[in-house]
Amino acid sequence: MKKINKEKLPALWERLADEAALYLPVEEDGVVNFAPWKEGAAVNLDVINTMVPPKHLVFPQSENYLRFHVEGSKLEIEPLDVDGPYVVFGARPCDVAGIAIIDKLFLDEPCDTLYKERRDNGTIISLGCNEPEETCFCTSFDLEPGFSPDADISTWDLGEYLLWEPRNEKGQALTAKLDDLLEAADSGAAQAVEKLRQDAASREAAVVREHGWEVQGVKEALEDKFDSEIWDEIYRRCLGCGVCTYLCPTCHCFDVQDYSKGQEGLRFRCWDSCMFGDFTLMAHGENPRPTQKERVRQRFMHKLLYYPSNFEVYACVGCGRCVRKCPVSIDITQVIKAAGGVE
Amino acid sequence: MTVLNPLLPQVAKIVKIKAETPTIKTYRVVMPDGSKPFEHIPGQCAMISVPPVGEALFSITSSPTQEEYMEFSIVKTGSVTNFLHEVEEGFEIGIRGPYGNGFPLESFKGKDILFIGGGIGLAPLRSLINYCLDKREEFGKIDIVYGARTPDDMIQKDEIFKIWPEAPDTEVHLTVDTEWEGWEGRVGFVPQCVEEICFSPENRIAVTCGPPIMIKFVLQGLDRLGFTPEQIVTTLELRMKCGVGKCGRCNIGDKYVCKDGPVFTYAQLLNMPPEY
Repeated sequence: MKKINKEKLPALWERLADEAALYLPVEEDGVVNFAPWKEGAAVNLDVINTMVPPKHLVFPQSENYLRFHVEGSKLEIEPLDVDGPYVVFGARPCDVAGIAIIDKLFLDEPCDTLYKERRDNGTIISLGCNEPEETCFCTSFDLEPGFSPDADISTWDLGEYLLWEPRNEKGQALTAKLDDLLEAADSGAAQAVEKLRQDAASREAAVVREHGWEVQGVKEALEDKFDSEIWDEIYRRCLGCGVCTYLCPTCHCFDVQDYSKGQEGLRFRCWDSCMFGDFTLMAHGENPRPTQKERVRQRFMHKLLYYPSNFEVYACVGCGRCVRKCPVSIDITQVIKAAGGVE
Repeated sequence: MTVLNPLLPQVAKIVKIKAETPTIKTYRVVMPDGSKPFEHIPGQCAMISVPPVGEALFSITSSPTQEEYMEFSIVKTGSVTNFLHEVEEGFEIGIRGPYGNGFPLESFKGKDILFIGGGIGLAPLRSLINYCLDKREEFGKIDIVYGARTPDDMIQKDEIFKIWPEAPDTEVHLTVDTEWEGWEGRVGFVPQCVEEICFSPENRIAVTCGPPIMIKFVLQGLDRLGFTPEQIVTTLELRMKCGVGKCGRCNIGDKYVCKDGPVFTYAQLLNMPPEY
């Protein structure tokens, strides 16, 4: 294990930015989001949840992937290159878990090579959480606030220092390039990390217990709830704004569209949302999810039943963003309770 | 080995366009070198692109035994299909696929097959019908029940009126919704026709595709005739963007129509939420 004095972080970021595009939590107008690093950037490593998770760095909100040229009846199609190497610094364990969850879908056969290439180009450096936020419930989904098993490099904030541990070859390769900035950690580092992890987990578990956000058995509980009356109430106040899906670290539905100027054009994919009426609207006018009730049900059933059926993992990491940002306070933890997934 | 981006279409060319009805045309498609775009099994689909209008998924209506080209019967009903209905022979499109599971051919072998189609629903069935007729000895008796609103709305008229009725051990039963001048055949809806002919479920598979309302009544009729849900096969369509189970919009429960379907037995559908 290594460590770095926090005073040396700007030098570390400068070095990382020389190696690859570096993204980290930057505060701008009071909002913290993952942004490209530049000298003097207001990096904020204290905030737990950035407004938007760093999902867009592995799965961009909008992504051009082919260029076409149309001339009369002639068509030419040419694939576009994916952006080069990048580093994500300071990703929280829930957000890294979100990426690991969508990996399962995109890398499943047939592999989404567009996603894979971008994913392979990235190195993810996680930052363990010391204190959960009021709306954190990652422990409900068997995640650990203080530790991210899926990151390439794990870091922990110990006040004066960040502890630094590469977790795989990719992490080791990057760590080797930073040798002059990193120091060997003290002999007690492993115990310090252990304590931080335990403290964070027990603090969050207390919050989860207090609110009754345990998730045990929700998948099984939802298996016979497709026609349940719970959906009749939950959807009524949904505005269909889609903010829950846009801020979710695991939502991955996308649309494919063309953009053209004259004979040249680009095809791109962009995030889409099951909350929108035209998401499933067919050309001849039929819609298998005609009202917001079916759409709200789809969102929760997908996260809590369909995704775990297909990939053996819930498509929720308990980050709490949808709970905090829903304009009408639709709360996935209430849905879990209503479904009977709480013991 | 380089794995290609599954969203990347290849350029192909429309070499023949046949007007089937005022709103349906059949397109014959080959690669620029004149070869068939790719191999497929009956029931599978392909994504067709007409940049900059977009991309849409269509069932492949030609049989895999047709080695020279691929065909699609397309209804004029949305932006991509409106555009396709304006183009002429020689027009280049993007194509990718094949997508979906296709019909479970192995389980059909040695059985009598009853095809039940309505309107454009004949398109995916035609791929399988011609496959069965080209491998005639592998299947038992073939019955084809096909209906449309009027005789003018029927597609593949050469095959339904001439070629299929003359195939060995094959019967074609055509029906139109209402009386029509010059039509001397059956009148009535497809489900009614199926029940009137009173097909036996003995060693028989029923394969159906058509408007949802037709399928609903066909299923009820087959049930009354004694067909089990395992003996009934249908093919579905939902809005799709990727075709490979990623974009997240064609799911019915945990099944993706583009990947796990579009072909399902009625027994499978009974275990899925009724969201299609």
